[in-house]
Amino acid sequence: MADPLLEARSLTKNYGQVRALDGASFTVFPGEVVALIGDNGAGKSTLVKVLSGAIRPDSGQILIQGRQVHLTSPLNAREHGIETVYQDLALAPDLDAAANLHLGRELYLIPFLKVLNKAEMRRQAVVAFAELGIDLPDPSAPVASLSGGQRQSVAVARAVAFANNVIFMDEPTAALGVVQRGRVLDTVRRVRDRGVAVVLISHNMPEVLAVSDRIEVLRLGRRVARFQATQASVEDLVGAMTGAIVSEDEQPPGENGSPDSGTDTKTEAGHDR
Amino acid sequence: MTAEQPTAAVTGPAGSGQATPPARRPEELRSLGQRLWHRLSVANETWTLLALIILMVFFTIREPGKFFTLDDFSLIAQNSSAYLVMAVGQTFVILTAGIDLSVGSVLVLAGVVTDLYCIHHGGANAGWGAIAVGSVLGMLTGAGCGALQGFLVAKAKIPPLIATLAGFGALSGVAYLITGGADFRTVPSRLVNTIGLGSIVGIPWLIVISFAVAIIFGLILAYTRFGRYTYAIGSSAEASRRAGIAVDLHLIKVYALSGWMAGIAGLLSLANFGSTTIAGHTTDNLTVITAVVLGGASLFGGRGSMLGTVIGVFIPEVLLTGLVILTINQYWQDVAIGVVLAAAVYLDQFRRRLRERH
Repeated sequence: MADPLLEARSLTKNYGQVRALDGASFTVFPGEVVALIGDNGAGKSTLVKVLSGAIRPDSGQILIQGRQVHLTSPLNAREHGIETVYQDLALAPDLDAAANLHLGRELYLIPFLKVLNKAEMRRQAVVAFAELGIDLPDPSAPVASLSGGQRQSVAVARAVAFANNVIFMDEPTAALGVVQRGRVLDTVRRVRDRGVAVVLISHNMPEVLAVSDRIEVLRLGRRVARFQATQASVEDLVGAMTGAIVSEDEQPPGENGSPDSGTDTKTEAGHDR
Repeated sequence: MTAEQPTAAVTGPAGSGQATPPARRPEELRSLGQRLWHRLSVANETWTLLALIILMVFFTIREPGKFFTLDDFSLIAQNSSAYLVMAVGQTFVILTAGIDLSVGSVLVLAGVVTDLYCIHHGGANAGWGAIAVGSVLGMLTGAGCGALQGFLVAKAKIPPLIATLAGFGALSGVAYLITGGADFRTVPSRLVNTIGLGSIVGIPWLIVISFAVAIIFGLILAYTRFGRYTYAIGSSAEASRRAGIAVDLHLIKVYALSGWMAGIAGLLSLANFGSTTIAGHTTDNLTVITAVVLGGASLFGGRGSMLGTVIGVFIPEVLLTGLVILTINQYWQDVAIGVVLAAAVYLDQFRRRLRERH
């Protein structure tokens, strides 16, 4: 297999007494869909936040294309070609889809006066949506008036339009109906086919097996297993998540893990919702 | 370098994307009229403007020849000039889901600072140089007070209502301390005779200045990054933050802008009345907030426009003038505005709920 595109090595992150990441490692190869799974409190959200620059790890390394980087902010992560689609989408509901697509990355007609080039931004947005097969009846309607699936599409399109390395998608289908869910998964595959790696965080095991190329399992702040999707079953995944199966090189959490596991769950819950 | 990436990423595969739009053209054109109508009917300004027009037509029909005269409009616009300028700043603040209760006190303090400088540099005979320096000091005072309150809101996380209520009280106190409780009545006559009472090409300076401010900042709101970020932050501060917008700094700028506008309003008031009128602006904040809300801005942020605010400023004034002309007790104006204000906010809530039910 090719060299890793993004690699996390032995990341740790403590919140006071709570150890959210306990030497977690994670690998993303170019042009793959890799699912990051784990039970509540396994540290998924923390890991994603660290790798998307939202929080800084206490220790450990992050490598992009083999070179060590320090992600200081989400903006900084973006400069490295890493985009994140957040669980709660992070769209401005009163702005239209084009404005949301370019939020924080506006194009200017008169750069000196920061006068926006609305026509060009709209044009690019229409192209970006069309490319992902997203049908927006009115691109100038505020996103609050869109359906859940359409909103999700806008958030994904924004990440796709700017990412050139990796996109993290935190539970992208959690709030969607069956049809919309299928569309988003199609989008995920289409993004991968463009050569951008997708990290899918999901609780839905059949969905994970259907769309991913590889699966990495996190438990109690560590990576405990890695699977090729074609060779794994739902039972394997659940077994790894719950600790029934230990198949990975890394050691299971030490005996001091018991106070952690209780508090860990709280942290995750606090961050997830 | 990063600025180039998006363009490349989006336009790169344009070939495949552009193939679709032309096929949809006729359908788009057909619905363009409908869409425009739809857009107009949901735009708050449309309804506000309609209300203003109905008021004016009603008063004109009731008393032909008395209302709807150029003099009336000129007088209304002059009386509203300070409100209009403050409402411009308040629009930005309310769009960020904030509120600025301090405008009246900032207005007074800026006027006091300006006049204090002029009194020590020529008094009633102060030259344009002294007036200019005093005016800049007044505006800086306003912007500084605004920035301080913005800091309290953005960094100290004090709710805007409280931060600016504190400013409202404290800054008024400072104005009283400087003046010793009695108005300064020595105002440079050059200032009063030009800005306060004079005209340029037949249009009173008060109107020229206030409308120029409204137009300039209306354009900034609608067409620049500053405006876009103002809407974005009011719409979702968290989304803005994640998009890399410096939310705290922007909020400070917005409150500083509101303070600056109150400073300009202070100059207009000083010029117009030839006095610092320290006791005369305790309810300006309510007048201004009412105007912005009548103009269709949502108190929850993210929605509103400068055109709406301009219309919103004139509705109460037109109503008042109309009632006076019809010799109806003018206090009905307060009653009517109260009712309309409550209705406007209810409508906004209603629409918001309707939209979110999608």
